[in-house]
Amino acid sequence: MSDTAMTPPLGVTTEPLLARRLLICTVIVLISVLLFAPLIAVFSEALSQGAGAAIQSLASSDARSAIRLTLIVATIAVPLNAAFGIAAAWAITKFDFRGKAFLITLIDLPFSVSPVVAGLALVLLFGANSTFGAWLVAHDLKIVFAFPGIVLATMFVTFPFVARELIPVMIEQGKAEEEAALTLGATGWRAFFTVTLPNIRWALLYGVLLCNARAMGEFGAVAVISGKIRGQTTTMPIMIEMLYNEYLSVAAFSLAAVLALLALLTLILKSVLEWRYSALLAATRRH
Amino acid sequence: MLSIIEFGKDVQAPGTVMKRPCHGQVKIEGEVLRSFGKPVTASGASVPLANPVIRALSSGGLRSGLVAIFTALGLSAGAASPARAQDSVEILNVSYDPTRELYREYNDLFNDWWTAQGNPAVSVNQSHGGSGGQARAVIDGLDATVVTLALSADIDAISERTGKIPADWQSRLEHNSSPYTSTIVFLVREGNPKGLSDWGDLVKDGVQVITPNPKTSGGARWNFLAAWAWALEEYDGDEDKARDYVTALFRNVPVLDSGARGSTTTFTQRGIGDVLLAWENEAFLALQEQGEDAFDIVVPSVSVLAEPPVTLVDGNITSDAQRVAAQAYLEYLYSPEAQALAVKHFYRAWDTSAAAPEDIARFPDLKRLTIADFGGWAKVQPAFFGDGGLFDQIYEE
Repeated sequence: MSDTAMTPPLGVTTEPLLARRLLICTVIVLISVLLFAPLIAVFSEALSQGAGAAIQSLASSDARSAIRLTLIVATIAVPLNAAFGIAAAWAITKFDFRGKAFLITLIDLPFSVSPVVAGLALVLLFGANSTFGAWLVAHDLKIVFAFPGIVLATMFVTFPFVARELIPVMIEQGKAEEEAALTLGATGWRAFFTVTLPNIRWALLYGVLLCNARAMGEFGAVAVISGKIRGQTTTMPIMIEMLYNEYLSVAAFSLAAVLALLALLTLILKSVLEWRYSALLAATRRH
Repeated sequence: MLSIIEFGKDVQAPGTVMKRPCHGQVKIEGEVLRSFGKPVTASGASVPLANPVIRALSSGGLRSGLVAIFTALGLSAGAASPARAQDSVEILNVSYDPTRELYREYNDLFNDWWTAQGNPAVSVNQSHGGSGGQARAVIDGLDATVVTLALSADIDAISERTGKIPADWQSRLEHNSSPYTSTIVFLVREGNPKGLSDWGDLVKDGVQVITPNPKTSGGARWNFLAAWAWALEEYDGDEDKARDYVTALFRNVPVLDSGARGSTTTFTQRGIGDVLLAWENEAFLALQEQGEDAFDIVVPSVSVLAEPPVTLVDGNITSDAQRVAAQAYLEYLYSPEAQALAVKHFYRAWDTSAAAPEDIARFPDLKRLTIADFGGWAKVQPAFFGDGGLFDQIYEE
């Protein structure tokens, strides 16, 4: 005990230097093998026949429509899920009601259900063999094997991301500030926009970014419901698998590299925002 | 008599009049929809039947709202908008795994010929996957205009469950509606290190056999039947011994992929297994793509004459123009040029008059049994691959 008092302020652990270095090295090796090596493999395979071949494969109409479809799906699914996530987290953390635990479990459902099962469930519900599906067919509305089905599947899978990020933060912050605002005469909306939203914005941003990354990368549920029509219902992950199966590995990995870049871009965006607003961030975290 | 029913300010449906019950209402039969309603008087006769089932006339209303959204997003994947359906003809060809390369080239060949006849270009969309899975998707509502699958049993399933294809579909085109055929061969690693020459060698200890799942893959069902045929011949028709043989064979299968292409990838790119039971065309394609020095093809003593059939999905046709184009799309598969293309893509074709001699020379002669030798798919499908069929039984043991 006495020697802890003797160590300089930074040395808060009692482990010997060797053990610490060893642990750090293990982590670095693990990260390199598990994260960086696959990423580098993707990029090197994409560029194996030169950048020209990679760019040419991305310029094909199928690849472009896959990129466009993925971006549009994410553009629709992410804001809707963000709105849902805020509403759900708000209801769960600021109000007391019966069945709250059940609601929380329900929100987590998409995490525990396999995406393939989710996709099949949508096909069962909206497919031509169900009553509802038959009604849709009779009115010439296409859900499964078309764009709306892909959006539905993506939304189902990315449902919990925003709510899951917000709930712990909002529980920690409690209701006191909102109550103060209300006693000062603010309306519910005003309290939300001036008190709640500023408090949760970083958690919200983080949730939205995670949600976006998953929405763009979702394979299982979308694969079941897409019908795999080239250039129409193939999102980037499905197109990548198709190209790989067609022995077009440069095209497959070029598209995979674009998908990885989009994910990296999301993370970089988050880091930049955190860095620019680090002072603000520190202030909110003091709460 | 033709009439148009108005469902509201913005939505109308054309169809043939079936009944006129009362109050000036009529019952009409459209291509998909039967409905009651008040007929539109003035423009009634001028709208051709070839129109989409319900026409959205202007913005407003649920469906036209959706159309507007999808059009704004630049997508054709949603509900097809009326304008598009009339301007250009679209065909969706729902096919099985190994035909990807063939149809990519055929679609261009067909369009060149079709436009040369003075027709507007047809845009052909492709969807590929395991044959059984693709049939399932069409049953669940995938909007196929034509299906080009691995087995007639899969098309039979669509016909039975949806009624979108007439039961006698297989007699609509020549050669049982199969413009090309193939067979099952072995693809082994270079130099055939395990010395596999015929079906009997596959059940040896330590031999890993790669085949897709007969439940979802058409090719896998042919694999199974070819093995069965060999065993029956080998054991003089003793079904118990044949059954022991296929049980032993599937015990040597470490992984069952859902489609033929998945199995090919497992074998060639992931390096699993000693022998791949493959479509002949799939085996040749692997040689071409992966290099001749990586694999060898072994031709067994007995195999099957696989007839991958094609047909029109009548129930999904939305216009006369589409029907004519889709019909021509299938019939042109039998032309010498298309047959030569099939041969180039390692399929055995009927008319080799335009094919390159070196392409034809690749195909070795072998004894090929047809599905009729097994009693037809109607008998084979439930007995071997149905619920509780032979395949289920050997996996339960």
